[in-house]
Amino acid sequence: MTTADSARALVRRGTAVTVVALLALAGVYVLALLYTPVEARQGLAQKIFYLHVPAAWSALLAFSLVGICGGLYLWLNDRRLDRFAASSAEVGVAFGVVMLTTGPIWAKPIWGTWWTWDARLTLTLFLFFLFVGYLALRAALHDPSERARFSAVVGVLGLLLVPFIHLSVYLFRTLHPQPVVLKPSAPSLPPEMLRTLMVSALVFVLLYAGLVTIRYGLAVMEEEREERFDAA
Amino acid sequence: MPESLRLALAVAAKDIRAELRSRTALLSALVFAALVLVIFNFARDPTALAAVDLAPSVLWVTFALAAMVALNRAFTVERENGALDGLLLAPVPRGALFIGKLLANLAFVGTVEAVTLPLFVLFFNVDLGYALPGIAGVTALATIGFVAVGTIFSAMAVRTRFAELMLPVLLLPFMVPPLIGAVQVTARLLDGRPLSEMLGWFRLLALYDIVFVTLCTLAFAAVMDE
Repeated sequence: MTTADSARALVRRGTAVTVVALLALAGVYVLALLYTPVEARQGLAQKIFYLHVPAAWSALLAFSLVGICGGLYLWLNDRRLDRFAASSAEVGVAFGVVMLTTGPIWAKPIWGTWWTWDARLTLTLFLFFLFVGYLALRAALHDPSERARFSAVVGVLGLLLVPFIHLSVYLFRTLHPQPVVLKPSAPSLPPEMLRTLMVSALVFVLLYAGLVTIRYGLAVMEEEREERFDAA
Repeated sequence: MPESLRLALAVAAKDIRAELRSRTALLSALVFAALVLVIFNFARDPTALAAVDLAPSVLWVTFALAAMVALNRAFTVERENGALDGLLLAPVPRGALFIGKLLANLAFVGTVEAVTLPLFVLFFNVDLGYALPGIAGVTALATIGFVAVGTIFSAMAVRTRFAELMLPVLLLPFMVPPLIGAVQVTARLLDGRPLSEMLGWFRLLALYDIVFVTLCTLAFAAVMDE
């Protein structure tokens, strides 16, 4: 089997996973509307939580993997890691868009404002910008090895920016709801809400896996074309 | 003195000497910083907002923009006449080369900040009083961190087609934690609050410096690999 064939197989497999994930996402909508109770103070607006939080988690997962793969690339020099990091960054930016659009839709009725310069919002926005910058840097570099090394460095540095984001959340006066799941004491959500959230988180991870597989296959094809073009 | 530190100082001295001979970049950066301060003064409605309320943000936005101009210069000068190739051929470890470049950039940005601060006091009628040592300290802490990240990004950005645009796009997200910290501390210092109130921010800034100076020194080899 040639490289192009295996790349095409990857894209097909990725598409299948993505379709399954999208169907499951429709299931999450049903769960959120029918299974979970209506939150007493926020009303129906709270339902967006089941999209916003998993999207934010998957975006952060995607960005973390960009950083980890960047670090591993600098160590092992394996092109597959660079390809995966690039794919993950692109999908992470897409999830970031979901996070940054669902957030204001919720914030308008609850906080009374679309956007506020709360520490967590500001810094996630900048993290999003960082990965848009990461993709811009990749696009502006021609040499594949240079592109891989430079973006790996940006990825690693970006990964280390995340704890500083978290630290500043606690130092800066903050409006954002405090963590309800990932916190030292037990999660403070009713079981139905927690279950729906967890299902949605799994669905988003599946969606991430599908999209990254497609993008990875496309990256293989792209590289092959570049090499053919350079050889000619 | 350890050998690598001597080499780093040699690289820094080379950069500073080259800058002092032409002085064009330094003077332009100073004029630029002064202009930003002046423009800020007109960007606020004086009847609605007192200059002092805006002062910490103005100071730090000016420092950040001036640093960006300075950092853009750091590796563009090396690109001319293949100076960077010569530097890379010299028997200097990449880590020492990075520290040298970082020290030169810090000298450059520090000079711009040292000149901007009196201008800021003058234009915004701020009473520094006993806040000066604190402001000098927080400026040093915040500047070291983002100049370290800026130095490595500047080395990357010169290799791209849109170097002048690429550096701010990459660097600004990294400037956010030090800038927020620095603005918070500066505002409290100007208010005459006790230092113990800002200890958390000082720790965060120091941690940022340690993490990013170390990491950038280590990662520089990957950027300069030919």
